Amino acid sequence: MNFRAIPLSAWIGIIGVAIAFFCAIFGPWIAPFGETDVVGDVWAPPGGEFLFGTDNLGRDLLSRLIFGARTTILVALAATVLSFALGMLLSFAAAVTGGIVDQVLSRVNDLMMSIPMLIFALVVLAVLPQSLLVLVLVMAVLDSTRVYRLGRAVALDVAVMEFVEAARLRGEGTGWIIFREILPNTLAPLLAEFGLRFAFSILFLSTLSFLGLGIQPPAADWGGMVKDNKDGILFGVSAALIPGAAIAFLAICVNLIVDWLLKRASSLRGGRGDG
Amino acid sequence: MAELLSVRDLRIEATSYPPGEPPKTVTLVDNVSFELGQGKVLGLIGESGAGKSTIGLATLAYGRGGARITGGQVMLNNSDILKLAPGGVRALRGARVCYVAQSAAAAFNPAHRLGDQVIEASLLHGIMGRDEATERATELFKVLGLPSPETFGQRYPHQVSGGQLQRAMTAMALCPKPDLIVFDEPTTALDVTTQIDVLAAIKNAIAQTGTAALYITHDLAVIAQISDDIMVLRHGKMVEYGSAKQIIEDPEQEYTRALVNVRASKRAEAKDQSGVLLKVTDISAGYGHVKVLNGVSLHLPKGQTLAVVGESGSGKSTLARVITGLLPPTQGATLFEGKELSPALAQRTRDELRRIQMIYQIADTAMNPRQTVGEIIGRPLTFYFGHSGSKKSERVRQLLDQIEMGDRFADRYPAELSGGQKQRVAIARALAAEPELILCDEPTSALDPLVAEGILQLLAKLQEDTAVSYLFITHDIAIVRAIADSVAVMHRGKLVRFGPKSRVLSPPFDDYTDLLLKSVPEMKLGWLERVLEDRRMASADN
Repeated sequence: MNFRAIPLSAWIGIIGVAIAFFCAIFGPWIAPFGETDVVGDVWAPPGGEFLFGTDNLGRDLLSRLIFGARTTILVALAATVLSFALGMLLSFAAAVTGGIVDQVLSRVNDLMMSIPMLIFALVVLAVLPQSLLVLVLVMAVLDSTRVYRLGRAVALDVAVMEFVEAARLRGEGTGWIIFREILPNTLAPLLAEFGLRFAFSILFLSTLSFLGLGIQPPAADWGGMVKDNKDGILFGVSAALIPGAAIAFLAICVNLIVDWLLKRASSLRGGRGDG
Repeated sequence: MAELLSVRDLRIEATSYPPGEPPKTVTLVDNVSFELGQGKVLGLIGESGAGKSTIGLATLAYGRGGARITGGQVMLNNSDILKLAPGGVRALRGARVCYVAQSAAAAFNPAHRLGDQVIEASLLHGIMGRDEATERATELFKVLGLPSPETFGQRYPHQVSGGQLQRAMTAMALCPKPDLIVFDEPTTALDVTTQIDVLAAIKNAIAQTGTAALYITHDLAVIAQISDDIMVLRHGKMVEYGSAKQIIEDPEQEYTRALVNVRASKRAEAKDQSGVLLKVTDISAGYGHVKVLNGVSLHLPKGQTLAVVGESGSGKSTLARVITGLLPPTQGATLFEGKELSPALAQRTRDELRRIQMIYQIADTAMNPRQTVGEIIGRPLTFYFGHSGSKKSERVRQLLDQIEMGDRFADRYPAELSGGQKQRVAIARALAAEPELILCDEPTSALDPLVAEGILQLLAKLQEDTAVSYLFITHDIAIVRAIADSVAVMHRGKLVRFGPKSRVLSPPFDDYTDLLLKSVPEMKLGWLERVLEDRRMASADN
């Protein structure tokens, strides 16, 4: 691995994500104030004691941003990883097995995709008990339908190649064919999708929090902070823009890294050069 | 008077961008000169990467995929077309110089009628009006021997056969009455029985219209039938340039001699063909309602080679799929050493699978591009024999030696190998399973002649060493002569002829075998005329 070969854009992404993760891990030690402590006036302007000012209840925005990184990143990352694990496993199994398995999985997937994601999430989350685990699972299952679509399409492309037929002729099991023959050849498009989905997950979580179904107050999360402070915009208070900017910053950084990984994956020795 | 086309010191370069390295300038064609007179045909021959297509396109002042013409002159009617302004180049292409591509099926637009596409260039360049162009197209269809020339232009590309499409494309090139036509491997993708018709049609059309032509191919036997002069190319440089007669009958260079002699090797068949390793009885199979195989029965003695011959669509690859179990037959049975194999792959034991291996036509798609050569060859060792660690790498090394490649290839990826090397690795993978039967599905037809020859020799050597049997699917009679002990001729899903090679390839022939044998180009001048003459006499008799 040659560090000089990493382009500047990727470095920006890596540093940005590193800062976010650092905040998430060491939040309680680096935050100047507590997560829920009311420390000043309502909507104090940035500067002075409070770097980013205070929110609608007089809590320090910087501290809540740091604490919020923890929940936001944890939930979004867990949901994305889970959705990829689920979506890829099912879609590859469908592509390799074909026939009735493919039909059943694909039609169930179509069924789920036919219901708007947000409404589906609202209904499910309103019914189920409110916990972080349920939230992550619901987001993962809903997101996996999109992953399934892409995964099946790229896997079908590879599954008809002769080297897969050769593996079948050798007598290899479905597991080997999925993980050793097909997966390495579909990494490029899936990696690109991963970056995109992670950014979408942050936004989706923010949307849910904004609607009151995501992270529950008083715990901080970036989407929820936008919601809490949105009324301030009417009075010319910029507090809502700061967590919004953090969301945009993280999404951009993740995609900078993914762009670079994508380029590497498709130009690897032996790559098919697509992607 | 100067020649029609005169190319002097042509040099073509391209820039490649290897990952992680600074860009490199590669010379594709260097110092190539030739001349071509009115109504003459020059054949360009060489293996892939020899620069023959690049030279052909340069006569249209075109460089494909980033290739730049960096030196020399291409004089057409005494003016250098490389110095033309873009507008001048547009007036040239499709009007004075036309191009016939290798794959007509991919080159025609499936959404338009053939007739409209054939006359399009003539109309665009304002050479003739629609009525006149249509009339000329009909005339050309007649010259090229296309069926019902008056209405042929009304059809869509998918409604005619591959050979007819290739001829329609020739008509398209001839329509604007160009000075020069570039034929880029026009018959390579066709069956031999179709190839001969297209060749005859092209030759006839060139003679009748007096157009000059550059004919590009990798098959010397084909080019010998149609060219006045031949230029042999290798690695972008000229190897030999002379009249067709001189090149075929008295080649000066070593490389040319190798090309002339490439398909001449023959092997005596095995005397004893009684022992049976593989036997298929009365196999019928198909996809959905389409029946591809119809009651095929044949057998293969141990340690010998059975060649299955036929044109595309004859069902020879389907036969291999039935034997491997990929396609369960609708009737009939496959017996291996007297024991019946289950028709479906999933019911066969691991040992049964091990004993029958397969080699594919296109080695690129037959190997996982993300696995190294060592992993590709090593997997059957682990899978069938449980080898791992040093025992496995030792065996991989042995196998690489057996296919005449070195140890250093173990860490390479398939993309880093040449076509011939890839096919060798595919052979090693089959060999790693220590099989008794290898099904070879046209393993040499995507390779250059000399490389293919090397693969055939390797297969013969491996058969001597390990007594493995081959079922060798091919459409090339020259390969049959070179390697087979027994031969099965297939036509439209039926077995036409089966038996020891000497009996199958000697008269009396049935109609189809006769046609097949007579369609294989021979490395002789005037072969095409003789065959056509024979056909005319045969049809006069009837």
